[in-house]
Amino acid sequence: MKSSLTFKNGIKDGLPIGLGYFPVAFAFGVRASILSVPVYITALISMLNLTSAGQLAGLNIIASAGTIIELIVAEAIINSRYFLMSIGLSQKSDDSFNLGNRLRCSAFITDEIFAVSMSKEENISSKYFYGLSFLPYIGWALGTIFGAVAGNILPEIVSTALGIALYAMFIAIIIPPTMSNIKLLPAIILSAGISCILFFVPVLKNNISDGIAVIISAVVSAMIMAFIFPKENEKEKENA
Amino acid sequence: MPEIKMIIMVLIMALVTYIIRMIPLTFLRKKITSKYVLSLLYYIPYTVLTAMTFPAIFYSTNNFYSALIGTVVAIIASLTKRSLIVVAILSCLAVFAFGFVF
Repeated sequence: MKSSLTFKNGIKDGLPIGLGYFPVAFAFGVRASILSVPVYITALISMLNLTSAGQLAGLNIIASAGTIIELIVAEAIINSRYFLMSIGLSQKSDDSFNLGNRLRCSAFITDEIFAVSMSKEENISSKYFYGLSFLPYIGWALGTIFGAVAGNILPEIVSTALGIALYAMFIAIIIPPTMSNIKLLPAIILSAGISCILFFVPVLKNNISDGIAVIISAVVSAMIMAFIFPKENEKEKENA
Repeated sequence: MPEIKMIIMVLIMALVTYIIRMIPLTFLRKKITSKYVLSLLYYIPYTVLTAMTFPAIFYSTNNFYSALIGTVVAIIASLTKRSLIVVAILSCLAVFAFGFVF
């Protein structure tokens, strides 16, 4: 089936995402400049990754001189949600997604772009997906560059305040779904609890780097939750 | 870390991130049916973001108390279902105001 959604439809749907990305990317840029990462490398990170959580984890690992193995494992786990979204998109794409389009479009899968794509009633075309990705990509790249440059000029009180922005955004991502699905509450309490233990117990803190601590906390708590409270299969629910 | 090593790390990071996004969209034709794997994939985003946020958020400003206030503001704003960017701005403003007053 061919989708009727055009490049222009995509641009229109992508505008609010792009506007939303700019300040978040700005905060990322400021944070990178606080960690003394050169502006062009910070820009490179955003232009090649297009992901807030993965980039922040990567930035922290790079800034703390972590190992390549740590970086690979951390990125693989933190970005594993894109694997799931990519599965979702593979079921939502029309005939225009040939191999080349699939390979290119994959680079632009983010939480927001995925959410908008899936909210469409019909299947999406590759043209629509390119349109949808365009402004978010520009907003993310420009925001990062502005932030990285501004971080060196902004008064300390302002750049300090921006340091919390990404974390505040993560809270804003976690809490609303938890309010509608209470199963998530034990998951986040478990994860935060393990993460705090790894950070505050000196013998653990001294032997486990930040990147590894995130991986352990996230995977262990998700495994426990998947074992005790498996998610109901949506297809089964629909058929029931 | 020398800049060349930073660049290599960035390229590796980009490659890993890309491969994860690319594999299902490019190659997947069947649906995953394992309930355990699906549950794991469901919980991972939330546990990852939580582990990244706590306790790191308390050290994201140069003052534990300003960060604590920023965190509380972010939680309250999220409970009222504000958009991501509004939550982030309110939290930053709280930290800024704290730094300004104290």
